[in-house]
Amino acid sequence: MTDFPALRLVPKADGPQTAKDFKTDQEVRWCPGCGDYAILAAVQSFMPELGIRRENTVFVSGIGCSSRFPYYMNTYGMHSIHGRAPAIATGLAASRPDLSVWVVTGDGDALSIGGNHLIHALRRNVNLKILLFNNRIYGLTKGQYSPTSEVGKITKSTPMGSLDAPFNPLSLAIGAEASFVARTIDSDRQHLQSVLRAAAQHEGTALVEIYQNCNIFNDGAFEILKEPGTRDEAIVRLEHGQPVLVGADRHVVRGPDGELRIAPLGEGTALVHDAHASSPATAFALTRLADADTLHHTPIGVLRDVRRDVYDVQMADQLALAEEQKGRGELAGLLTGSSTWTVAE
Amino acid sequence: MTSQVDQSEAVDGPDGERRTGPASPRSGPQDGCGRAAKPIRRLDRVIIRFAGDSGDGMQLTGDRFTSETAAFGNDLSTLPNFPAEIRAPAGTLPGVSSFQLHFADHDILTPGDAPDVLVAMNPAALKANLPDLPAGAEIIVNTDEFTKRALAKVGYDRDPLTDGSLEAFRLHPVPLTSLTLEALKDSGLARKDAERAKNMFALGLLSWMYHRPTHGTELFLRQKFAKKPQIAEANVSAFRAGWNFGETTEDFAVSYEILPAKLPAGTYRNISGNLALSYGLVAAGERSGLPVFLGSYPITPASDILHELSKHKNFGVRTFQAEDEIAGIGAALGAAFGGALGVTTTSGPGVALKSETIGLAVSLELPLLVVDIQRGGPSTGLPTKTEQADLLQAMFGRNGEAPVPIVAPATPAECFDAVLDAARIALTYRTPVFLLSDGYLANGSEPWKIPDIDELPDLRVEFATEPNGPDGTFRPYQRDPHTLARPWAVPGTPGLEHRIGGIEKQDGTGNISYDPANHDFMVRTRQAKIDGIEVPDVEVDDPSGEARVLVLGWGSTYGPIAAAVRRVRADGGQVAQAHLRNLNPFPANLGTVLRRYERVIVPEMNLGQLALLLRAKYLVDAQSYNQVRGLPFKAAQLADVLHAAIGTLDAEATR
Repeated sequence: MTDFPALRLVPKADGPQTAKDFKTDQEVRWCPGCGDYAILAAVQSFMPELGIRRENTVFVSGIGCSSRFPYYMNTYGMHSIHGRAPAIATGLAASRPDLSVWVVTGDGDALSIGGNHLIHALRRNVNLKILLFNNRIYGLTKGQYSPTSEVGKITKSTPMGSLDAPFNPLSLAIGAEASFVARTIDSDRQHLQSVLRAAAQHEGTALVEIYQNCNIFNDGAFEILKEPGTRDEAIVRLEHGQPVLVGADRHVVRGPDGELRIAPLGEGTALVHDAHASSPATAFALTRLADADTLHHTPIGVLRDVRRDVYDVQMADQLALAEEQKGRGELAGLLTGSSTWTVAE
Repeated sequence: MTSQVDQSEAVDGPDGERRTGPASPRSGPQDGCGRAAKPIRRLDRVIIRFAGDSGDGMQLTGDRFTSETAAFGNDLSTLPNFPAEIRAPAGTLPGVSSFQLHFADHDILTPGDAPDVLVAMNPAALKANLPDLPAGAEIIVNTDEFTKRALAKVGYDRDPLTDGSLEAFRLHPVPLTSLTLEALKDSGLARKDAERAKNMFALGLLSWMYHRPTHGTELFLRQKFAKKPQIAEANVSAFRAGWNFGETTEDFAVSYEILPAKLPAGTYRNISGNLALSYGLVAAGERSGLPVFLGSYPITPASDILHELSKHKNFGVRTFQAEDEIAGIGAALGAAFGGALGVTTTSGPGVALKSETIGLAVSLELPLLVVDIQRGGPSTGLPTKTEQADLLQAMFGRNGEAPVPIVAPATPAECFDAVLDAARIALTYRTPVFLLSDGYLANGSEPWKIPDIDELPDLRVEFATEPNGPDGTFRPYQRDPHTLARPWAVPGTPGLEHRIGGIEKQDGTGNISYDPANHDFMVRTRQAKIDGIEVPDVEVDDPSGEARVLVLGWGSTYGPIAAAVRRVRADGGQVAQAHLRNLNPFPANLGTVLRRYERVIVPEMNLGQLALLLRAKYLVDAQSYNQVRGLPFKAAQLADVLHAAIGTLDAEATR
């Protein structure tokens, strides 16, 4: 049984749960074949593992296809407004340490309209688990390019190709002082759940980027990472304490200039992945390993997982300390203050 | 004119005419300072304005004089007025900061139209404030600052202290800087540091002139500079030197006495609007039994509330300084979903940013307090000046049909009660509520009769704990038939797991619904819920019952309007007054009240926003009187408007 220190203040479930406990009676309305189905199923079958009460779990989302997610989870949930889920979830998590709070968002929701809230949630390190479904396109608005679309993307709003350079969500997260950064893929349930597990164990904000296929507007965007013929070469699986290998015959080494590069086995010493390194430098370098255009050698797994003070824990500590130092607040005393005068009858 | 007026109505009578108390020599030791036999003149009220550079400490000086005055037991009203720049270029007109205080031996309503005494720390302060002074006013100037260069900087060709242009006033030239330096010559402070205490010298002088108690100020200085005892002692020395200067110099031949006011019995303190509002929020948390969660982003003139609430963590109050206005309200709404009393505080530009989230709160039907300390607009506008031009933004500034209740306090102290009323509405009806204060209420202060906490409203709420639907299901949008409020089921409650969102919901179940009839029903139901909120009737003050003109206001215009009404009645005019605290929904009797009068005058610090609503809703010919100068109305000005309205009706009647 996995231990989840981040959930120690969340009441435990009375008995074992199943995936079925987390399904609602609502008809799931994503397009047939959408990658969101696989993620939903993976999350529903993962939740029982946490061993916490269903009623103490909350899913908060913004706007977009992925943000319909809370309607399908039989927990408390809020489908809010575009980009604001991290802010709303911050208020909830900061005021209710007995809850397990999850944010479901997409590349447009989290990185475009809600970019500010995302980076500030990450730097604050509130106890939130953020699942960023990245399909590199706007789906719900029917196919405009997103902040993770490749340059030159032909879409309805960019008939001659998009001009703006994309974000690398994991580089951004590490730059924003994220204490937990991971990537996984919608179709690899086992890997996806292993990353969810690590995220749930992490104390503070966890950002999990999930590559998710939009089969209507950006079909096959991650095909190279899924096709049996290409995936073993294209995916770099990161595991803490293990050498970073690329396919069967290559590995990641540190070049003479300090930069990470890919070399044949036997040439140089393999980089051993340290997710807990206090410096974010190597984790950042790993976020830049993939070829942005082809997605060749894309790292998946936990890139960074470090301990840092957790905002909501510290907020609660300050309240407790204030009460310890000044005593529980007393309203009559507060209103009276120190300087009064009395008018007699 | 004044002879017709009894004491309670004389308060805002024309300046100067009431200052005729007997000059009686009296010796009175005060705080250990020996008092020579200078004559003391009794006044019923005084208006003082301190003015200087932004860096001269005028706000602090004014605050201290106010505290002394409160401790003495006068009624008072204050008007701080300062530029948005923290330190505008020294000695310039835009850099002038001032603090006006009106205090009296009876109840007063405004900070006063025109100062009886101006303290001008430099030529810029004199030039900027001179147009407000009535003939005969006293002017105390710091002559050390009247150098050729400083005069030229503000466009004085000649020295106004010597060219005869101030002959209409009683001028007291005092070298405040050099007297302060002289007093502190043994303090060991560098000249620059010693000079900074000149505001305390001025405060000491004014404290002598008006017999203010000094103990509180000395205590305050020693606390404020506890870590810099040398500075503390220097300020105390300057303060005492100022007092003694008044005592000994021949230029100040008389001092003035204003007896304590005869307010209703009780214990009082002085309080500003933002402080009263902050205390109201703490009290709302205590009375509801809910933890307060404030999500806020710094903005003038609302930031003081964030500062104040962050001091009260021992009441379980959580304050969250967000990355932006949207996150501030988002976090508050998230906390409300979790069962907290969610609050966000801001000013007009912040409300604009929060609009979408307010709409979400309307749709989610969760309690939320949105506090708007209005300032001059549009856009950045006048950040440090007052205005009440956000009424229509609060009323309508969202997409779709998104009604939000609005509560507006009328005076600084009333901000406390307004929060409790806003919280009552939010918690009872599960809705966001606007509280519209403004810069004048926020920074102005007045005596506050401290309430008995047991008499504050009971705001306790019941969270949903049991399923309310068939087969043990929970229906988050099944409403209370009386209030139309939906159940508040907080996470952690077993069996009531539910999902809510901004998409239209099916009545009862809360499931997503695009059904046309359901949407029509939900829009109308949300409106009906707000329309059905219980608010007290508006009270009309019409002592004779024969007035034909009604003056109706809302928010911070109460003081000037009420003072104007007193003036009109003192002149024998008949005018009725009513003031709205609840602007959405309006009080049920408002239509009847409006139709009872032949003429309805609506003074507002905007271009007629309340008048627009009244005309639309009640089809009455409400007439606006508007001003958007960033300053409160003057009572005399409004009295003229009311006289004119009465005169017009009389003229029509005789035609």
